[in-house]
Amino acid sequence: MITLIVNGARHRLDIEPETPLLWVVRDELGLTGTKFGCGIAQCGCCTVHVEGEAVRSCSLAVGDVDDKSITTIEGLSPDSKHPVQVAWQALDVPQCGYCQSGQIMAAAAFLQRNPNPSDADIDAGITNICRCGTYPRIRAAIHRAAALIKA
Amino acid sequence: MDGNIAAPALSRRHFIVTALTAAGGLAIGMAPVRAAPIAAQPWSPENADPREFNAWLVIEPDDTIVIRYPRSEMGQGSFTALPMMVAEELEADWSKVRAEFASANRNLREGLVYGKDMSSVGSHSVRFSHQQMAQVGASARVRLVLAAARRWGAAAAECEAKLGRVVHTPTGKSLGYGALAADAATVTPDKEPELKRPERWTLAGTPKPRLDVPLKINGSAAYGIDTKVPGMVYAAVIGCPVPGGTVKAVDDGAAKGLRGVEAVLNLDTAVAVVADRFWRAKRAVEALRVEWNAGAGVGSDSAEFAKAYRAALDGPAATARNDGNVEEAMRGAAKRIEAVYEVPYLAHAPMEPLNATAHWRPDRLDVWIGTQNALGTLNAAAKAAGLPPEKVFIHNCFCGGGFGRRSFNDEMAQAIRVSKTIGKPVKLVWTREEDICHDRFRPQAAIRFRAAFAADGTPTGLDIRTVVGSLLRSLGRSKVESGIEPMAVEGLANSPYAVAGTRVDCVLKNTHIPVSFWRSVGSSQNAFAIESFIDEMAHAAGQDPYQFRRKLLEHRADFIKVLDTLAEKGGWGKPLPAGMGRGIAIHECYGSVVGAVAEVAVKDGRVRVDRVVVALDCGHAVNPLTIAEQLEGGTIWGLSAALYGKNTVRDGAIVETNFDTYPVVRMADAPKIETYLALTGGKKWGGVGEPGAAPVAPAVTNAIFAATGKRIRQLPIRDTDLSGRA
Repeated sequence: MITLIVNGARHRLDIEPETPLLWVVRDELGLTGTKFGCGIAQCGCCTVHVEGEAVRSCSLAVGDVDDKSITTIEGLSPDSKHPVQVAWQALDVPQCGYCQSGQIMAAAAFLQRNPNPSDADIDAGITNICRCGTYPRIRAAIHRAAALIKA
Repeated sequence: MDGNIAAPALSRRHFIVTALTAAGGLAIGMAPVRAAPIAAQPWSPENADPREFNAWLVIEPDDTIVIRYPRSEMGQGSFTALPMMVAEELEADWSKVRAEFASANRNLREGLVYGKDMSSVGSHSVRFSHQQMAQVGASARVRLVLAAARRWGAAAAECEAKLGRVVHTPTGKSLGYGALAADAATVTPDKEPELKRPERWTLAGTPKPRLDVPLKINGSAAYGIDTKVPGMVYAAVIGCPVPGGTVKAVDDGAAKGLRGVEAVLNLDTAVAVVADRFWRAKRAVEALRVEWNAGAGVGSDSAEFAKAYRAALDGPAATARNDGNVEEAMRGAAKRIEAVYEVPYLAHAPMEPLNATAHWRPDRLDVWIGTQNALGTLNAAAKAAGLPPEKVFIHNCFCGGGFGRRSFNDEMAQAIRVSKTIGKPVKLVWTREEDICHDRFRPQAAIRFRAAFAADGTPTGLDIRTVVGSLLRSLGRSKVESGIEPMAVEGLANSPYAVAGTRVDCVLKNTHIPVSFWRSVGSSQNAFAIESFIDEMAHAAGQDPYQFRRKLLEHRADFIKVLDTLAEKGGWGKPLPAGMGRGIAIHECYGSVVGAVAEVAVKDGRVRVDRVVVALDCGHAVNPLTIAEQLEGGTIWGLSAALYGKNTVRDGAIVETNFDTYPVVRMADAPKIETYLALTGGKKWGGVGEPGAAPVAPAVTNAIFAATGKRIRQLPIRDTDLSGRA
């Protein structure tokens, strides 16, 4: 049995410990905001927080996060008012939107570590793929979120 | 394109009038309208919404307006722009407008009330539906006004629709649409209203945030892959690595004993494993030992294809355009140049891998899927299921990217077959490797240009020949007996440049690799080729590339407007530091003229694109915000293809099947992008989603030439060594 703490709720699951966290979150817990994109930790659609750090859940065995605290996009804020979400909405970032849960989770953890990022910091720290090409708006929204957090 | 539905030929106006008069009264006080634009309980004859104004509109007692959107949303934004057209004519309060997907099944059952085309392809959602949507709004508005006038015993001329209310002008009293909807649905006006001219728009033409953004920042937007239905099982598949191959033998001994595995099915061209969880199905697929009949493609590779395509440049061709006498121009030329451009196969790789959830029953099929073409998908599903189309329900979801891939639902046919075989609803998901390996690719191509010049540098002849795969043959839609396919010569046969002798030849040549529509289609390779060669011509003529184009485009005011916008905003002619260059390109596709100026820096052989300025003339702009977003996204899309995009074939199979080997632009590669509208209005209604992707590659390669003197004639750019001097 694996114990998972997801968005503050504790779950006991009878599941193979090698199952990627992504599929546990999506198919066992029904939290489908976290997406499958590549399965090899390349694209970041599956980004969640484990103990506050952004991780690519498609390549993380659930057995390795036993008893750790996990946050998915559904748990980032109760009302979509996390500064990153507010900035994302203000700048109309998403297009197809499929990668955006991962982008938002990556940006939220990134701003925790670096509350005042330069463009070069964003280039280095935000590596998730968006095929719609929303990068210019993601960049602007990260700066906006940084300002909101400071305010 | 997807026209196997027999339907009476009705005019657009007739659809709406019929729908309105057939709508009947409204029941008040029903359950609140669903909060999400994806219907949890999809439309069916049994659960039709009795509150609706007509097939297009629900007007709630609280004045909320729900607009049924007849096409797809894959990020292009017409899920917002088309409702804006309804709201514009309806004089609705935009803050109270919501949208949801129209039902393809209902469309079939109700005489094509939503039109015979529900697709989002070819950049045509707004282009071909704006009038229909405006008519929906106008028809409803006039009825609401008449209902208010009747209620007040006033003349209709004294009543005006304004921001979701009808106002009695002499007294100032007013009623909200919600209070009038039931009466309005029973009113029949003498005639349908005229539509506003764009100059009188107040909502359309202004930048409006997308209606779907709130759902896309908290994980609640429902994509096909998020579907869950009671009793559902999961399926993973592996197809023959060589497209066109079939299953020879399956050893499922190791797979069948794995936890959760329910069945292993031979689907002829693929093998599916059904399990209680997707990951268990995927793990079991990896444990299969499958032997394949690899088919005709075995042993072939990209180098061999490239050689064959180049050889075909000297073979027989069909002529798509022949102005003047190009051979005479060549013979009499003071100067001639010639070049061959080549591009590889390219996968779409939308972020959401292809997937479909199917529930087959003897008398009904339900499919949950993100499709670019709900009606076409419905017909394909009916065929795959062996059911009449009226018994098929396509529950369209948001598409996690489409780019042309989601017009063809290969994964859906598999899901239907699996569901029918096991008798349960099944969600079938392709891994990223399946998604790329079994894509229908942007075709490989070789394109040759010859140009002739008079002694003063004026071009007198332009001879173009393309060798490229036929999309229609690959899709089995047509034999293309003329030998000319519009997509193959898109952007070439309609070259706008005034060159007296212009000839465009076409050679359609397919391999076993399936090819299809890919954002900007023929223009994706042809804009690169022709706009690079026009640059070569400018340099051969000793002229500035912007001025050279301008001179040859003087007869086209729209091109000049875009070109001049680019030159001004792009700082054309302003000095740049050593190692940097600026390139320009302009192209017409999907009814729009689009151009780009790129600024690049080349250092130690590495290309960095610093800035791209884009200008577009799509005639009219319904939502300038989503247009800007599409131009930004199109630029990034085109840049991925230009810098990195390549799928190679080795021993018949695609080599690059995930993002580690099929790199795309990420944040660190993303340039600053500025977008400008250079609208010429009038009758022009151009597309938006695809044009932005077309001019990027040539703007960048022309900038690389300006920076280094090296002319890039093969994509992707990363295959050219830029470390040395030219």
